[in-house]
Amino acid sequence: MAAESKIDALGQFELHTALGAVGRSVNFTNSNLMMVLSATVLLSILYFGMKPRAVVPGRLQALAEIAYSGIMGMAVGSIGPEGKRYFPFVFTVFFFVLLGNLLGLLPYSFTYTSHVAVTFGLAMIVIITVTAVALAIHGLKFFSYFLPEGAPLWLAPLIIPIEIISYLSRPVSLAIRLFANMVAGHVMFEVFATFAVLLAGAGAVGTIAGIVPMALNVVLVGFELLVAALQAYVFAILTCIYLHDAVHLH
Amino acid sequence: MADEGGSFNDRLRAAEQRRLDEQPKPSPYTAGNTSPMGIGVRVGVELVAAMAVSVAIGWGLDRWLGTRPWLTGLSVLLGGAAGVANVWRLMKPAKPRQD
Repeated sequence: MAAESKIDALGQFELHTALGAVGRSVNFTNSNLMMVLSATVLLSILYFGMKPRAVVPGRLQALAEIAYSGIMGMAVGSIGPEGKRYFPFVFTVFFFVLLGNLLGLLPYSFTYTSHVAVTFGLAMIVIITVTAVALAIHGLKFFSYFLPEGAPLWLAPLIIPIEIISYLSRPVSLAIRLFANMVAGHVMFEVFATFAVLLAGAGAVGTIAGIVPMALNVVLVGFELLVAALQAYVFAILTCIYLHDAVHLH
Repeated sequence: MADEGGSFNDRLRAAEQRRLDEQPKPSPYTAGNTSPMGIGVRVGVELVAAMAVSVAIGWGLDRWLGTRPWLTGLSVLLGGAAGVANVWRLMKPAKPRQD
């Protein structure tokens, strides 16, 4: 009993192989499974949503259209008219993160955005893409980005390293923000849920008192839905802002 | 009917444009995260991220060039400055767009 009653808040983030023997032999983890699932969900919504091609959309088609026009509005609104070119990238990033966050809230599932390897990988994809876009559009003029116009030249030895560090810290802050938000939320779930179970094990009074952490968890689910959407939005809008900087320099 | 539809679309577009122009543009950096708690966490993450990246670079350069304490020390100062620059970029008032 003593070993079981410990609050194991981080056990939920452990990777296991999924899909039985096949998964074990190729090291296909529950994280990979959730990624495939979120891609399937997104593609199904888009495919089956747009299949009717109705002028007045049904529910699923409205969802697909809102997804499209919402991200298109975000990309064009914050990058400019050139944003259309980067729309597929922003769309993919947004929905990969959003579905990872949302599917991770389902019981027995796994939140792949709670692993810094995933979020940092995503952030590196974003930053490398942004840098490649900037280099492709502006060539070597891109490096003038590190010396803001109007800065006195004698400050250049100080400003250039600071700007380079600031630029390189983008993927780190992008990754840590998403990762920390998801981990914090899921740890709180686990702690409150375990607390409720522990109280229930402590007799009749404990069972009644256990309602309090249960209720907290219910509130927390709503809050985590907000965080899931918000963090996906922040990730996507920051991608757009970095692309804006890459396209326009400053 | 057809040209009336066209004129309606034109007027709709004009109205949408007017609505867009009237709306104040929120600062894109703080977009969607305007609660004091959210901003506080973002500022903290920006400071820590800049410092971590900077110290990692300084430490690596020190190992590579064999100048053990000096570049790490310098990078702490630069990382702090870069963190403040990040926070300034996060909090500065939105400038009018000029695309």
